[in-house]
Formats: sequence, C-alpha cells, structure tokens
Amino acid sequence: MSREAYAHPPPGAQPPYLHREYGSTLKRAPSRALLPLEQTLSEITGPRFRAESELVDLTRPAKGEALGQRIIVAGKLIEEGGRPVRSTLVELWQCNAAGRYLHGKDQHDAPLDPNFTGVGRAITNDQGEYRFLTILPGAYPWRNTYNAWRPAHIHFSVFGPAFATRLVTQMYFPGDPLLALDPIYNSVPDEAARRRLVSAYDPALSQAEYALGYRFDVVLRGRESTPFEGRR
Amino acid sequence: MSSDGATPSQTVGPFFRLGLDRPEWSDLTRDGPRGDKIAIEGRVLDGDGAPVDDAVREIWQADADGRYDHPEDGRPADPGFHGFGRAMSDEGGRYRFVTVRPGRVPGRGGALQAPHVNLTVFARGLLKQLVTRIYFADEPSNDRDPVLSGIADPAARRTLLALRQDAAAAYRFDVVLQGKGETAFFDF
Repeated sequence: MSREAYAHPPPGAQPPYLHREYGSTLKRAPSRALLPLEQTLSEITGPRFRAESELVDLTRPAKGEALGQRIIVAGKLIEEGGRPVRSTLVELWQCNAAGRYLHGKDQHDAPLDPNFTGVGRAITNDQGEYRFLTILPGAYPWRNTYNAWRPAHIHFSVFGPAFATRLVTQMYFPGDPLLALDPIYNSVPDEAARRRLVSAYDPALSQAEYALGYRFDVVLRGRESTPFEGRR
Repeated sequence: MSSDGATPSQTVGPFFRLGLDRPEWSDLTRDGPRGDKIAIEGRVLDGDGAPVDDAVREIWQADADGRYDHPEDGRPADPGFHGFGRAMSDEGGRYRFVTVRPGRVPGRGGALQAPHVNLTVFARGLLKQLVTRIYFADEPSNDRDPVLSGIADPAARRTLLALRQDAAAAYRFDVVLQGKGETAFFDF
C-alpha cells in the first residue's frame, strides 16, 4: 500500500494558539513550540462511524416546531484537491433564534425554545454531501470584551478519513456586520482562508415558500503528492 | 466561498457538550475486545494550574495486536474494538477512558513503535485542537520508540508517560496546556 502523509497548511491558513484578542487563549495556549512528528499509521488512520443514527431536521422535535427563520444548511465535505469524503460523521450544534444555547452554562438573558435543542448529526453520502434543516441562530453577547457579540454561527465537527483530518470549526453567515469585530473569526490570519468559514446564500438550495438555503463546503487537509512509504 | 485550501479550525467554545457529549464513547470496550482492559484517567490543567472543566478529549488507538480498524492499516483488526473514544471534562477537569492496552504499531520503515494512544484535546480557548500521544511508563519498548527517543528534553519526554496507579489497571495522564509541566504537543 502506498502511503502519503497529510499536507501541512500554508502559513496563515489556520489560527494560532495564542490570540490575545480572544482572552480565553491566554492561559490555554501552549508556551512552547509544538514538536514536529513524522506521520505514521497512527496519524493516517482514523475512526469510522458505521452505525450512527442521523438527526438532520432540527426544526421538528417529537411535537411542536422550532421558532425562527427556517434554513437549509448543506454542502460537501471534500479533501483539498476536491475528492469527496464519503461516509464520515458531521456533528453540529448551535444556539436558538434568540441567541441562547440549551446548555446549563449559558446565562444569556434570552428565551429558550422548548422545541429546539440545536443538535444535528449526519453521515456524508457517496458524493460527500450532507444536508440539515434548522433555524437561523441568533447573535449573542459574550464577555470577551465589553459589549462584545458573537456573529451568528453554527459549530461543525467533522472527522474525515484520518486522525490527521479531524476538524472542529464554525460556519458563519454572509454579510454579517459582526464578523469584522469578532476575534474568533479574525484569528485566522489569511483573509482567503477566513472567508472559507462563511457560508454562501444559494437560491438553488432554498425551498420555495419554506426555507432559505445556505451552502457550506468543508475542505479537509489533503495528502502530499509523495508517498512516505512504498508498497509493502 | 473558495475551495482552494482547507477550512480553518475554530474553537469548540464553551457549549460543545450540547453537540459532542456521547457518554457511551468513553468506554472503548463496550463491544468486548480482546486484550488487557485498562483505564486512562487524569485532568486537564491551564497555565495557572487550574482544572479545565470545558475540554473534550478524543483518543484513537490500535487494538491489542497493534492494528488499527481502518483500511490504511490493511491487516484485519479485532472486530470487537474500533479504537475511538471521546470524554468530556467533569467539574474538576477530570476525564476517564476505559479501553484496552494497545499493541505495537509499525512506524516509518516498518520499525515498531511502542504502544501508544493518540490524544486530541479541544476546549474553549483553543482555536484548534492540541494533539499528543499517551505512552505507558511501564512499557519496556519505550526506549526504542522513534518518537519518544526523538524528544531531546527528558522533562518533555516524561509528560508523555502515563503512570500506572497501584493495583487497578488504571493509568494516570494529566494534560498541562501551558507553563510548568507543560505537555509536549505535536505538529504533523
């Protein structure tokens, strides 16, 4: 089997650990440089999820309906270079339309919606595609600095084919004026890379008389072109 | 949006439990694998030595024979073991996995690596995950492991060794994000 290592990101394409504008990094960012590790079987293999149940409609719990603007969030998981990532787990979580998470630690003075948990789960199909029906999350305040507000976002967790491709990220919405002020979004130095966190409004994905469509493709790190180990 | 490069990482934030908490995933022995059952437990600490109660840890490891349940490995793995676990911090920053002791896995050029568990840490305040490896302090093959022996600083090397706790087959592995005793993290 020919083995290619996963490629390193170009400079500026990923956030640093220490980002002073995001206060929580100050005591949590490592102070020493990471140690370079040559990839082995341990890094180029990773978990598979054969029997996961999906949860792709967040708007209709057992009874009732979630409040808010219905949206379809759909896209493809691909590796750099464009190869679709099939049969991998996509997990998401978000706050409700009022900007409140169903989480004990969220003290924001905004109403909870008894018909919205904000949790989704999907397995990508053979084309690497996923699709959720949910509601537009609200913006909410946080205490990073005085009167700071997080732009509306949906948290995404994806695995891909290997331990090396594991990614947790956030999807944002186009045209949000809070993006320019958000230290988490702006922690990614490279502007083109940062823009990949913003979904695109897609009229073709919208469902007439029902829901707006936002497309969010997730690109996982791809392989280097040279194998590190030849055929065995 | 452009698909020319990889999507950047963003923090899991403080509310990840909502989407990521899967309590059954901290027990990797739930399908009855072969091998020696062990526990790996410890805490995550920040730069002040304070417990991090909003972290999530994921592990990925080979089975008792050193095989990964993945097509890149190519060798048949234990059908009762899938190698992936996830555990949330409790209020004291503690976590615990129940698993089996992994076997030795081929490294570069076919030389065997010492048994190890690959560990990922996500938390509020981490804009991208931290990755390290858990080795077992009582493992004789550690001396010949290419990754461990490639770490020049003995103090940094020691941060990768899980210590066996008395009689129970439990290993202790603390993750120190920053400062005194800072865990050696990897970039690959």
